[in-house]
Amino acid sequence: MAQLQQQLSAGRFVVTGEVGPPKGTHIAPMIDEAEQYLKGTVTAVNVTDLQTAVMRVGSLAACRLLVERGIEPVFQMVCRDRNRLALQSDLLSAAVLGIENVLALTGDHVVMGDHPEAKPVYDLDSVGLLQAIARLEAGSDMGRDIKGNENALDGAPTFFKGCCATPCGANVDAQVIKLEKKVEAGAQFVQTQAVYDPPAFEAFMRRVEPLKVPVLVGIVMLKSAGMAKYMNRSVPGVQVPDDLIRLLADAAKEDRQKVSTEICGRLIRRMKDCCQGAHLMTLGWDHCVPDIVQAAGL
Amino acid sequence: MNATERKPDNEILESLAGVTRVFILGCQGCPVGCETGGQPWLDQMRALLTGADKTVTGAALLDMICNKAIVGIRLGRLARQIGEAEAVLVGSCGVGVQAVGNMVGRLAVPAMDTLSMGDYQGLWPSEERCAECGECMLAFTGGLCPITLCAKSLVNGSCGGTQDDGSCEVSPERRCGWQMIYERLEKLGRLDDLKRFAAPKDFRKRDIPDAYRRTLRWALEVAEQEDAETEPQNTEK
Repeated sequence: MAQLQQQLSAGRFVVTGEVGPPKGTHIAPMIDEAEQYLKGTVTAVNVTDLQTAVMRVGSLAACRLLVERGIEPVFQMVCRDRNRLALQSDLLSAAVLGIENVLALTGDHVVMGDHPEAKPVYDLDSVGLLQAIARLEAGSDMGRDIKGNENALDGAPTFFKGCCATPCGANVDAQVIKLEKKVEAGAQFVQTQAVYDPPAFEAFMRRVEPLKVPVLVGIVMLKSAGMAKYMNRSVPGVQVPDDLIRLLADAAKEDRQKVSTEICGRLIRRMKDCCQGAHLMTLGWDHCVPDIVQAAGL
Repeated sequence: MNATERKPDNEILESLAGVTRVFILGCQGCPVGCETGGQPWLDQMRALLTGADKTVTGAALLDMICNKAIVGIRLGRLARQIGEAEAVLVGSCGVGVQAVGNMVGRLAVPAMDTLSMGDYQGLWPSEERCAECGECMLAFTGGLCPITLCAKSLVNGSCGGTQDDGSCEVSPERRCGWQMIYERLEKLGRLDDLKRFAAPKDFRKRDIPDAYRRTLRWALEVAEQEDAETEPQNTEK
């Protein structure tokens, strides 16, 4: 069984990290940094799937490279680029490559990325993808044979299935309904969008408590005051409060990583009693992860 | 002409689960032309609903219901009967169902699946669009189409890209289709419809049979072509 599942089942506060594969074949730095800063510090490492619709090395291959270094990956899968055949096939591929965790996501629209003219697929949505995974686990796929019977798989995969949620968005009710559907469709853990508003997150956690699903609060490193302001303008459900922006604006450039690390630690300390873990998105500052975990008092 | 086919009776009744008072509204345009609508359809729907212990508060056939302004004017005289109904069962293409839903303040339930519109979004189209998916789900989305309103055509609710002001991640000018659906369902008191699981679409239905691609203009072209082919033989004789 995957460490991520084991530790969450055991009731331990779990920390996960995240890496983004490179645009090009120069993969060594990503793998080396994961090994140096994330291995042993976090329980599992998410590998993004063409994040923000930018073409890169695929999540599946990068996940396998992490497995080979003894790092447990979370295979992020978006519905934007593959139809149901390719999604199911990649899930079987992931299973035979020793990948145990999958995070089912809708995926940013192609117009957000660097190939805006591409055809968006969305044959399945995140709920449909979770249902497809559960079906593979039960030993059949979404198709039918010539007689109309379910196709029996020659060997069924097992995954620890995750999904995402936006706890502090404008329409929390809609988020909660969708999360209920995802959990009913098979989601076993949740990693959230970035949270900077602990009271709003606590209110969200009270709403989803009946679902009994472990939630890892999303923590995104703020690299500068400018980035925080950009997120407030452009990232839905993310509102960085003014006092944090001021802390970053007042910090000397060489102190920013320290300040940002301290903010992350403080957010986790503030919220760790109402959730089951934290998902750290460092956006390249992987070397800060050990300090964040320490600052969080974990 | 827009080609529609009737939904199976059980699907119509499932769409109207929990609804007891229904107004039936049929389009006298394309559905009559492709013999799915018109008076025979209206009579059958009345029998189906009364047979299922539902009250039909009224019924009407309108010439074209693809334009909501026209629908609004024509439905004025039927306001009382529609007001008594909890839902309006609409026999038309997806554009008509949405136009009605936008005008009546009631749940608009499609009685037909739209197969082919040939890029023709009605006689006088407004903002409603139909993607001819052949599996109309407007009954569960407050009469607003997620296939054409959502940039990703998602079927189970919004993605994480709904902006805080209710716009879509693809453009600040574009409203999030699922946020619109949420607001409509909230107004209709039917937010539970969002909890329903929608199956992935059957894309075979979008590759329409040749017969549905053919139009009156196509028939005229074929006739002209046949004339042209037969004429030289005639002159030789």
